[in-house]
Amino acid sequence: MENNKKLVINPKWCKGCGICAEFCPKDVLKIVHNKVQIVNDEACIKCGLCELRCPDYAIYIEKEGE
Amino acid sequence: MPSKLIEKTMRVNRLPHIWCPGCGHGILMRDVAQAIENCGLDPDKVVIVSGIGCSSRAAGYMNYNTLHTTHGRAIAFATGVKLANPELNVIVITGDGDATAIGGNHLIHACRRNIDLTVIVFNNNIYGMTGGQYSPTTPHGEKGTTAPYGNIDYNFDIPQLAQAAGATFTGRCTAYHAQQAIKLIEAGIKHHGFSLIEGLSVCPTYYGRKNKKGDSVKMLSWQKDNAVDVKAAAKMTPEQLEGKILIGELSRVDNKEEYTDMYMKIIEKVGGDK
Repeated sequence: MENNKKLVINPKWCKGCGICAEFCPKDVLKIVHNKVQIVNDEACIKCGLCELRCPDYAIYIEKEGE
Repeated sequence: MPSKLIEKTMRVNRLPHIWCPGCGHGILMRDVAQAIENCGLDPDKVVIVSGIGCSSRAAGYMNYNTLHTTHGRAIAFATGVKLANPELNVIVITGDGDATAIGGNHLIHACRRNIDLTVIVFNNNIYGMTGGQYSPTTPHGEKGTTAPYGNIDYNFDIPQLAQAAGATFTGRCTAYHAQQAIKLIEAGIKHHGFSLIEGLSVCPTYYGRKNKKGDSVKMLSWQKDNAVDVKAAAKMTPEQLEGKILIGELSRVDNKEEYTDMYMKIIEKVGGDK
């Protein structure tokens, strides 16, 4: 796991469709009250599939120092 | 704060976009932006042209030179832009209705001319913006608000249509297979000639609800289970391919001269002294 990467959520843009949570290979995400939440940060492998499939650009991997 | 890619390629003050929760168009628009970035194009030399429909709202969000034109006419406008200034990278974002119904003639004639445009059709199988009327890509037997007993038309296969009309690059990608979609769009942009890429989107609001396909997660799962890469498909039997959709680069011709190149030669030949 790469430590210089961080999973970031922008709740203002999240429409709660659940695509990220459903297709996350490590069950890191959950939809709570129609917004995505990180429920298992430890398990995240920073693969970025949630970012690729989020239709609203509300979740992404941020690299430190950028 | 949005991601670096979104900050660079989108008009962030216009976001969040108007598309419904779970709409595949947002995924495909990101794929287009990432592909443009991967190609290393100068943003000032990129023009995004769109028509009318849900898909065509993309031109309002993408931070390049953009034209949001009239229904079905995106390719006509794009042809003008490209002929006036062939050094521009002209990318058309259109929908299934926009490209193959009202704009069907523009599509086939642009294919025939082999003009260097990259046309990406966001195909959601229905007219989403106007309330779910069936489109030329609504599968036979499926429902729309104007086909309450099932659609008796047979649907177009857009890449096949384009290939037959003379397009020199055709391909198909899905919203689910985002990584492959980015690579395919990249290849389409780099191709010197007319490129047609069908991006299979999902419309949970109209197509999904009318046809009991479930929410966008279920519709994307369908894409995951039923899309087969064209290279993998070559090793499969017709029985295994029953009901599957092919994705990837579907056809390519590299030795057909491009339209603006030929046009410039004519100008050179008959234009007289400069």
